[in-house]
Amino acid sequence: MSEIASNLIEVKNLTKHFPAGPGFLGTGGDVVRAVDGISFGIRRGETFGLVGESGCGKSTTGRSILRLIEPTSGEVRFDGRDLLSLPSNELRRLRREMQIIFQDPYSSLNPRMKVGETVEEPLVIHRVGSRADRADRVANLLRLVGLEPEHAARYPHEFSGGQRQRIGIARALALNPKFIVCDEPVSALDVSVQAQVVNLLQDLQEQLGLTYLFISHGLSVVEHISTRVGIMYLGKLVEVASSEEIFRNALHPYTKALLSAIPIPDPKLRRERLPLKGDIPTATEPPSGCRFRTRCPIAESRCADEEPELIEVTPDHFVACMVVAPGQKK
Amino acid sequence: MPNILEVKNLNTHFFTRAGTIKAADDVSFDIERGSTLALVGESGSGKSVTSLSIMRLVPPPGKITTGEIIFNGRDLLRLSEDEMRRLRGREIAMIFQDPMTSLNPVYTVGDQIAESIELHEHVSRKQAWASAVEMMTRVQIPYARRRAGDYPHQLSGGMRQRVMIAMALSCKPKLLIADEPTTALDVTIQAEILDLLRSLRDDFELAMLLITHDLGVVAETADRVAVMYAGRIVEEAPVRQIFSNPRHPYTEGLLRSVPSLTKQGIKRRRLETIEGSVPNLLHLPQGCKFAPRCAYVIDECTAADVPLLQVDHERRARCIRRDVVGDDSARTRPERSSRRAANAD
Repeated sequence: MSEIASNLIEVKNLTKHFPAGPGFLGTGGDVVRAVDGISFGIRRGETFGLVGESGCGKSTTGRSILRLIEPTSGEVRFDGRDLLSLPSNELRRLRREMQIIFQDPYSSLNPRMKVGETVEEPLVIHRVGSRADRADRVANLLRLVGLEPEHAARYPHEFSGGQRQRIGIARALALNPKFIVCDEPVSALDVSVQAQVVNLLQDLQEQLGLTYLFISHGLSVVEHISTRVGIMYLGKLVEVASSEEIFRNALHPYTKALLSAIPIPDPKLRRERLPLKGDIPTATEPPSGCRFRTRCPIAESRCADEEPELIEVTPDHFVACMVVAPGQKK
Repeated sequence: MPNILEVKNLNTHFFTRAGTIKAADDVSFDIERGSTLALVGESGSGKSVTSLSIMRLVPPPGKITTGEIIFNGRDLLRLSEDEMRRLRGREIAMIFQDPMTSLNPVYTVGDQIAESIELHEHVSRKQAWASAVEMMTRVQIPYARRRAGDYPHQLSGGMRQRVMIAMALSCKPKLLIADEPTTALDVTIQAEILDLLRSLRDDFELAMLLITHDLGVVAETADRVAVMYAGRIVEEAPVRQIFSNPRHPYTEGLLRSVPSLTKQGIKRRRLETIEGSVPNLLHLPQGCKFAPRCAYVIDECTAADVPLLQVDHERRARCIRRDVVGDDSARTRPERSSRRAANAD
């Protein structure tokens, strides 16, 4: 994928392997290849949706980009700067510009800290402003996310899941970041609350010029909020395109199967289900060549020989599949 | 009789120090033999409590205070615990959201399915084991004979849920209660499990009470839908009507707040939301419980409790304005910014 100067985030061959002791998963593999060489860019001001099922590596990707987990290899550039080679004091300064919102509103807030203290904490760590300044900022942030300044004096357990998620968002905004990794931010919430939080994230993006990496297994939400979408399977990116393209014109067989599996809230529509054989293989011993071939309805024998690369099939639509997108390497 | 289950005026209350919570408040519905009723609602709606009540598995401090649960002609609330135990797993079966917590980790899956058969069917261990393997094949677990000797942790989530289904159906129940059976599963696996449930339903003439918050699952699986809010049923209708023409403002709000791939052509910038949040069951408002959040609210709504009212011969809705729900000009509240969250109390 070619580099674009307006990419806020540039990821190249990002890899993260986790050691797995002998007999850990019973299959004798030594290493969990959670993320195995992925490359993509996120443009300023856009929302890049990262989608996949459990074990595909999407959460690990988000955390590796922020260096919350140290990548095994590869390159991550933030605003042109090489994140992985930064010394810790410079990384710390840069961290002000990249934040994260977590999935579980119940475990991501310290139950023993008041809401105001939680939202204020990033400011304290980075020594921003006086105490009075910080109190002001916290009040503004709470209002920004649809809460009241008085809520600062309360504890997390006094709030609902949706409200806690708003607190998490306020905390993520405290330092005026440019980029936020949203790691399954609405999956744990009730349906009607999801809508509120999704709208909030979109409003804030417009207001503050934010760039999002939106990680989720919920395809409908991803389609709604994302500009571009990347589909992951077992540590690899299999398809990347604009949100409309992916959902209207999916090319990779896994993407097609995924889309056909989503239950649609409309009983009149009956869709062809594209069934996948078997279960997701283990990430310690992924299939040789194309990892998806063991479940793929159109796999050929050559799919076992070589790992497919992401190839630009139509402008800005990339697919990693030798059957669907044969041809020159990029 | 055409109905396998008739729930009449079920009241399940939780007696806590802070007060009494009417978790299920005057709940009534029927399920026809072989058909599927989806019970839909968000947190605190009462859907899980309702299903536990049917099985008489409500944990303390909860208690079924009044009502009738007529299953196959018998009122379950009048049975002794012994009689109830003979019924559970045999005539009514239940599967839960997280199969890992429902399966015993120290027994093989084959043993667990066989145990259920042995208990209810009074056959030998050997016969029970053979039936267990057959059931596992029925639910499309490959290499069933070999996998019967596996322990739960050796199976994936989707496989475990199939084991749960095998266990549930091993004694050929007439009613299956499935509480969020696919919520914890990946989308592609969820699709397979739903397909499986549908085919088994046809083979076994199985009635199903499906509890879920996922409207997509409802659309694909249910014949009828009952929507619950704050412990009560607020709307009940055949599945097509619920989606095409909801008659309760809450149902309408729920449908509009779900992002859907089919609506992608009309690229809506924002999702419609239901203002506020679900009420605290200890401090319910006077009159209609949904009124504080309702887009169609008028003064009469808060005057008195609203009963379930007829819409037509196959639909009911707990709303005095049910005839105008869906008509934008009948709205009394404009759609407000969703940035205002409810107060935390």
